[in-house]
Amino acid sequence: MAILIDETKRVLVQGITGREGRTRTRLMKEFGTQVVAGCTPGKGGQEVHEVPVFNSVQEAIEQAGSIDVSVIFVPAPLVKGAALEAVEAGVPLLVIVPDRVPLYDVLEIAHAANANDVKFLGPNTLGVLSPGRAVLGMMGGRAENARKWFRQGPVGLSSRSGGITSSIAYYLSQSGIGLSTQVHVGGDSVVGLPHPEIVRLFQNDPETRVIVLFGEIGTSQEERVAEMMQSGEVTKPVVAFIGGKAAKEGTRFSHAGAIIEGGRGTHEGKVRVLKNAGAHMVDSFERIPEVTKSVLAGL
Amino acid sequence: MARLFEYQGKELLKAQGIPVPNGLTANSPSEARKAAEKIGCPVVIKAQVWSTSRAASGGIAFAESPEEAEQFASTILGHKIGPFEVKTILVEEKLSVDREMYAGILVHDKVPGPLLLFNTQGGSGVEDQSGARSLDIDIVQGLPQSDAETFLKKVGISDSLNSKLADLLVRLYKTARTNEARSTEINPIILTTDGELYAADCRIAIDDYAVFRHEDLGIEIARELSSPPTRLDKIAHDVEFHDYRGTFYFIQLEHDFKKGDGVIGFHGAGGGGSMMSMDALLAEGFKIANFCDTSGNPPASKVYRAARIILSQPGIDGYFASGSGVASQEQVHSARGLVKAFREVGLDVPAVIRLGGNMEDEAVEILHDFTRELPAPVEGYKRDDPASYCAQRMRTLVDSHRSSKSKSGIESAKPPENPYQFETVTKGTVLFDHALCADCESKICVKSCVPQILKLEEGLPVLGISREDAAKGKCTECLACELECSRHGRGAARITLPIPGLD
Repeated sequence: MAILIDETKRVLVQGITGREGRTRTRLMKEFGTQVVAGCTPGKGGQEVHEVPVFNSVQEAIEQAGSIDVSVIFVPAPLVKGAALEAVEAGVPLLVIVPDRVPLYDVLEIAHAANANDVKFLGPNTLGVLSPGRAVLGMMGGRAENARKWFRQGPVGLSSRSGGITSSIAYYLSQSGIGLSTQVHVGGDSVVGLPHPEIVRLFQNDPETRVIVLFGEIGTSQEERVAEMMQSGEVTKPVVAFIGGKAAKEGTRFSHAGAIIEGGRGTHEGKVRVLKNAGAHMVDSFERIPEVTKSVLAGL
Repeated sequence: MARLFEYQGKELLKAQGIPVPNGLTANSPSEARKAAEKIGCPVVIKAQVWSTSRAASGGIAFAESPEEAEQFASTILGHKIGPFEVKTILVEEKLSVDREMYAGILVHDKVPGPLLLFNTQGGSGVEDQSGARSLDIDIVQGLPQSDAETFLKKVGISDSLNSKLADLLVRLYKTARTNEARSTEINPIILTTDGELYAADCRIAIDDYAVFRHEDLGIEIARELSSPPTRLDKIAHDVEFHDYRGTFYFIQLEHDFKKGDGVIGFHGAGGGGSMMSMDALLAEGFKIANFCDTSGNPPASKVYRAARIILSQPGIDGYFASGSGVASQEQVHSARGLVKAFREVGLDVPAVIRLGGNMEDEAVEILHDFTRELPAPVEGYKRDDPASYCAQRMRTLVDSHRSSKSKSGIESAKPPENPYQFETVTKGTVLFDHALCADCESKICVKSCVPQILKLEEGLPVLGISREDAAKGKCTECLACELECSRHGRGAARITLPIPGLD
């Protein structure tokens, strides 16, 4: 098992004829993802890396068959339209790769997704990759790299930083520890599947034995994971690193942040609550593999 | 977040029908005097700066007469509050206060959705109070008057004030939604002794990502900055604004420093990796001149411009580039961008460049191959070299480097005899001196062109596509033709990438 993506899922690429859409379709296909259709309005009938292109999500479903996931590679101002189209067509999972999607657009997407029981990863995500199985988004850049860098195993990785998702997965793999799935939740303050949602999926995934968390300052994501650990909802061991210690200075929280979070969002606060909840806190990035290894050995 | 000044925010509130005190802005003491005359004294004078502690810093004063207003203005204008110089003041009628309250529209990352916060008490220090109550707002439905009234009843406002205040909250949400604000706060809302409600102060921050839909707001830099943008910050922002490919983010952190102070020009890739890499530099005892992030698969030209901007800080002792270490983006583009910048300025401080990830072998080869003639060493590293090790190398190189007087890294080229040129998507120029190309056997430019848009015509390199298509972005500014030609050809290819304000 893995979470969110494996080789059985049927994938659609929205914006498949664009620069990123084209390149990443190739990566996904070569890595083992079943990309069964693409769509770009007005470009129906074309093919991209042997994937048929349709004018709309609905048309893709009618002609290519059911869709489990849609990966969105359209310019940020067009993301809302593309996402709502996929939600209406009944696609159960979206991966929104683009950066800089306006906040209120994300809130509207979230509203429609909730109402229709649709989940979305991102925006501003590098994607998700299950080693040896399949990838969504752009993680690894090229299939040959992704195969070489990431190995399959018992660690579920959830990260707030895209590049760091790859680097933790790589350093873990180098030290002989593989991954069930590695997820970049997205770099924005509001995302569809934040840490708590991903951790919940890992908790329910039989293959995942240890959860590695890369947190960052801002938002309430890490605090909510700590609450889930405290309440007993999460029983698998969590290894966590919180980045952004140096960036503390110059990063200011407005009145709003102070009122709404009541001390949440800071580096110290996140480290403290996770530690109290029983997480294995790592203070130096390079020690993540070592700590993860010893936690695995203790199971 | 792109913050607005109080007077700008009040314009937005007014446009939605929320009463604000009668006021005028002034940029000089005499303007302040005229404003006070027009409004009628007593007035309050408020410095327009992004600070939460204006009152405590002497940024707010009351005046009983136009003369006093002028006098206060002359002490406040030009004065600094935190890092911000006061350039504008707001002169407003003084209200007779019966009661102060707080209201804000924020975005809750957990719901996720807009959130109304309300406190029956307002004024400075509200962030420390636990009395604030909240109401989730449905993004599609908005905030109906009836919901606002019910909410206010729950917080104990049920008298005649209820519907009037509810109306203000409804308009406050409309202000937030219409302008796509991440936060819209009124602190305080004032109830005057004659029973009227006013937004006496406000703090609005527009969503950076939505600024393009609100050009009328005149936001110069769509980012939350803890100090005013510097000349370089503005130049960098301009580069990013005019090139949608990938991401480029630059902020100056240190301002007055000179060679020998241990300040390093920093060039990261990706937020998490950049923070980690800066931590590594700090651990080696360095200071960081600037934060910079080029990521999201930027073209070589963007990385080049970023590097030129970083290098324009004369006091840096070294150049450190490092991201997550295992990048998905093709690192050759970053390598070419860096190399072009280093060669053009004749790099005279050591550089440590960590280019781990996709195409790292080719990237590091380019980095080493093209920087051998430079006055200072350039070392390239890959995914198996941790940031901490690279920072140690930076330390070793900086400590042992003696800067040479000669700044001539690469000879400047002669004027072209027979130029063939075309424009690129960022107003750059690609030029081939066909007089030199005629003798070239390698024709390396055509072979190395990443998007493959060049062809040979009578043995000379020309565009294989229309000039319009090249200028629309088919020429990706990969910089390969220029670099490869300098090595294997005749040095006939020259790419000029303007950086407005820097050159």
